[in-house]
Amino acid sequence: MLKLSESVYNALREHGEETYPHECCGVLLGCSHDGVNEVEDAVRAGNTRTDSAHNRYHIAPQELVKIQRQARERGLDIVGFYHSHPDHPAQWSKTDFAEAHWLGCSYVITAVEKGVAQQTNSFLLTGTTEEDKSFEDETIQVEELVAGRC
Amino acid sequence: MKIFIPTPLRAYVDKQDAVQVNAQTVGQALDALTVQHPDLKKHLYSDEGKLRAFVNVYLNDEDVRYLPEKEATTVTEADSLSIIPSIAGGWD
Repeated sequence: MLKLSESVYNALREHGEETYPHECCGVLLGCSHDGVNEVEDAVRAGNTRTDSAHNRYHIAPQELVKIQRQARERGLDIVGFYHSHPDHPAQWSKTDFAEAHWLGCSYVITAVEKGVAQQTNSFLLTGTTEEDKSFEDETIQVEELVAGRC
Repeated sequence: MKIFIPTPLRAYVDKQDAVQVNAQTVGQALDALTVQHPDLKKHLYSDEGKLRAFVNVYLNDEDVRYLPEKEATTVTEADSLSIIPSIAGGWD
């Protein structure tokens, strides 16, 4: 299960509307316990795939290093990522799966149709290795979270 | 020096977010890490012994692949290494 506040949920959907018709992307910070990824904050990241931003995203590793460092200073971990699918369903694609390597993390996808956010879904990357990984549908629970729970 | 471990790999380093190693080069640091935590090796390296393509290693804020001396780059106790799997995708 993925738990996030309404403000974080709205923020990642709005990000997808702002970057339309390009894909947005970002990182979910929080903590994991008892099979729940609990998000305290969503951090926007730049999409380096300017050559094909309408159907691809990529976060520069250097930006991830900085986000991970800032998270650590706040006592948080990277528990997931989000991106948008402009004019396409909120379902993972072959590319999403091939490029997913953060086992145990949530991958949130928002469909943005004609600039307006539609469905938002989350997929948990399960498995123990690159060879046996798979995406599982994950319930999103939007609730008011108390800051500092992680 | 410290090696920061991303969340997916912490299960193989006793749930620590960082591992302390003694090393003079980046390569020695990575070797020390996998000697201390052998289960980590298959997640970082291919069967041919090469770092997996999606595994990025940063020395402070520099990608080790683009450093002139790559894994032979010398390090000090004040440096840190970050292991960062790549993140990418898209609907097509």
